Amino acid sequence: MGSIFNVQQVINGLQLGSIYALIALGYTMVYGIVRLINFAHGDFFMIGAYASYGAFYLFNSFIGAGNPLAFIALIIAMVAGGAVASLANQLAYKPLRYKPKLSSLVTAIGVSMFLEFFFSAFPFIGPSPRGFPELLPKVMFTIGGAQVSNYVILDVAVAALLMIGLTFLIQKTPLGRAMRAVSQDKDAAKLMGIDVEQIITWTFLIGGAFAGAAGLLAGLTYPRIQPYMGILPGLKAFIAAVLGGIGNVPGAMLGAYIMGLAETFSTAFNSLLGEGIAFVILILVLLVRPTGILGEKTADKI
Amino acid sequence: MKFPKFLAASALFFAVVQILSLIGLLNGYWMIIINKSLIYVILAVSLNLINGITGQFSLGHMGFAAIGAYTSGAVTAIIFKLSPLTLTGNAGFALALIAGGLVAGIMGFIIGFPSLRLKGDYLAIMTLGFGEIIRTILNNIDFVGGPRGLSVPMFSSFPIITLFAVLTIVIIRNLIESSHGRAMLSVRENELAADLAGVDTTRYKVMGFVIGAFFAGIAGGLLGHLIQFMTPSQFGFLPSAMVLILVYAGGMGSLTGSIIAAFVLTFLTEVLRLGIDSIRDATGFPIGTEWTMVIYALLLILIMLYKPDGLMGMREAKILKLVTPGTPAKAMEVAK
Amino acid sequence: MSALLTVKGMTHFFGGLKAVSDFDFEVPEGVIYGLIGPNGSGKTTSFNLITGIYTPTQGDILFEGKSIKGVKPYKIVQRGVARTFQNLRIFGNLPVIDNILVARHYTVRSGLFSSILRLPSFIKEEAEIREEAMNLLRLMKLEGRAMEQAKNLPYGELRRLEIARALATKPKLLLLDEPAAGMNPKEVHDLMDLIKRVRDEFKVTVFLIEHHMHLVMNICERIKVLDFGETIAEGLPEAVGKDPKVLEAYLGKRGA
Repeated sequence: MGSIFNVQQVINGLQLGSIYALIALGYTMVYGIVRLINFAHGDFFMIGAYASYGAFYLFNSFIGAGNPLAFIALIIAMVAGGAVASLANQLAYKPLRYKPKLSSLVTAIGVSMFLEFFFSAFPFIGPSPRGFPELLPKVMFTIGGAQVSNYVILDVAVAALLMIGLTFLIQKTPLGRAMRAVSQDKDAAKLMGIDVEQIITWTFLIGGAFAGAAGLLAGLTYPRIQPYMGILPGLKAFIAAVLGGIGNVPGAMLGAYIMGLAETFSTAFNSLLGEGIAFVILILVLLVRPTGILGEKTADKI
Repeated sequence: MKFPKFLAASALFFAVVQILSLIGLLNGYWMIIINKSLIYVILAVSLNLINGITGQFSLGHMGFAAIGAYTSGAVTAIIFKLSPLTLTGNAGFALALIAGGLVAGIMGFIIGFPSLRLKGDYLAIMTLGFGEIIRTILNNIDFVGGPRGLSVPMFSSFPIITLFAVLTIVIIRNLIESSHGRAMLSVRENELAADLAGVDTTRYKVMGFVIGAFFAGIAGGLLGHLIQFMTPSQFGFLPSAMVLILVYAGGMGSLTGSIIAAFVLTFLTEVLRLGIDSIRDATGFPIGTEWTMVIYALLLILIMLYKPDGLMGMREAKILKLVTPGTPAKAMEVAK
Repeated sequence: MSALLTVKGMTHFFGGLKAVSDFDFEVPEGVIYGLIGPNGSGKTTSFNLITGIYTPTQGDILFEGKSIKGVKPYKIVQRGVARTFQNLRIFGNLPVIDNILVARHYTVRSGLFSSILRLPSFIKEEAEIREEAMNLLRLMKLEGRAMEQAKNLPYGELRRLEIARALATKPKLLLLDEPAAGMNPKEVHDLMDLIKRVRDEFKVTVFLIEHHMHLVMNICERIKVLDFGETIAEGLPEAVGKDPKVLEAYLGKRGA
């Protein structure tokens, strides 16, 4: 009964965590800005995977496997994710912005279902799973006794790069400042001349793009895609965001890696635990500390 | 008195359908649709009690149905091996259903409590989480088949389903039109004011969950024994969302709306499916019947955008309520 | 007269902010007691503390001689303390009479089974509480509205409905949170009559928070003045009205 806490598991956990992190960031950013749990977010992840798959499929004749292709696929995935996120915001969320929050939540459920069923029903896309092409030739090597593929490096590196980019954006650019202002106090931000709707649009774009990127990475790493692939990862990434503190960007990253590691270790220990660990974490967080690890408490005035 | 009218209407419905079925005008296919509609009535009405009447938010309703299904299935198929052809078999089934409902109700109690401190979004996610946990656990219990599923005998006949559907409507309607029901409504309307009016809001929030879960459990048992096969995936988040759509379409807070929506949407699904099939056969165009689900999702979005009150809003048909709004004299009448 | 409500050294912090500072007072049975003070002086917080919405950081609250500190709000209501809210909190989608009936719920003895089975005891009890509810509505001149959805009522009637609902809980102490807010002079006059009648006919002690000096000075028999969470005056209306500290708080240093 060897130790489950070995290097292999840690590496797998970090890999999984990287993908969760990219999805979780979108959830947390959107929640921070409009206090909406965007149920459809996991489906932007799915769309990113399908978009890059579709692009590869279409341009098959021009491109063989190799490094530059993976990069283009990434752009396509991010654009697709961002675009659909933006559309969802414009068509379904914006009209309900100032209505009771539960309406937006239910609408988000509807958008999610729509995307999943649509891709499942559309001829030539779903519902059967498809194998993802090996855009980057897979190379295995060993580190400290663990089997590691270059995909691990890819996943972690891409995630890290995007996260660094996002942090820079939020901390150092005018857009980032505006995003932080809107998430703190929408009305005050409006009074300072910030176009709140535009900032919201940007947030959805970026969040969706990140989810799309995660979709591509997941497609490469666990190479089967199907229209419902976004449900569970989306849910787990959301739980990760809650764990870290929903609305809090570093929290989402922290929560995602904890979730990735927790899931990997639990699965190694017992597959039932592995399946359920995310939800157990959710219940515990909501009961013990709903604001999450890095979140802040807000009091209601009566 | 309007209430006996409802019972009379139900009896009429039962008689008509039964006769049509016996003389062959309603074949097995349409009987299944009718049976499914009735089961969805139970699901929608019980979810409405939690979401619409008590103002909570449960996204894991099918989790309760799963517990009911598997409990009753374990009783009929594994522990006692009952037969639908015998009287004791059918009686045993009724008891199995109630057992399923009770176990589901206990789960409702367990889930209800922690949910008390949470509101809106967080409550929704919490119930979703619990629903998924139930599904995961069931997937891993080999005693009831795990992911391979559990086969059960065909116990859910039209009479039994109708009986339970009518009972559900009557019980929940009587509950709502009583002081306890008013207490639940006050929690929905303004929880703080309800507290300050002497209502034990905690008790009623949990009660909503428990009773809603109980009936969902019964519906689950009926559904399982209709299809004669149950797997945990039948009771996941998407099926829960479907029931949610029913309640929203009919009107959050209106039992009548839930009943109408359950029938209309179940029938509509079939009609759409047939329509798509015939288009496909006629034109050769490869449209799959998954498009019915796309339409459902679109329906939900459109309802939320343009008619969030659903068909009935919070109103009830006269046959279920006694008093009509407007006349002060009616305020003195008791809804029998 | 014995004290119905006793507050001892009640202090409450919201994080670092001291909202209520060392309150000591007694509300004798049967009086109309007024609490006045500028916005933010801690009036509504005091009501929230007395009704159990918050638990005071320090100090104690005694109702009929027994401590109610830490008791859940609904239990405090059942013991005999009712309140209305500054921002109306009525059950909008329910009929007016249901708003009253909810407040009577805790006295209802019919359990779930007799309710669902429509036993004769249930029907009898329903008829009784409906009759009492209609009587209460009649007193508030709202009986014509009994079956209307509460949210359709005009503002003035809603205020009366809130008071009616509070009375339906059969309280011994009635807390009114700015009952005259948004009312014109005639309505305020009617309200003053109503409060006096309510005290006399229902035998309740009335404790109110108000801004309307006219109302407070005319119907309150004892007044307590707050500023920044502290008491600056207390006693009979005439004395309080002339107290320099009160005048300063309300009108500024040069006011008289």
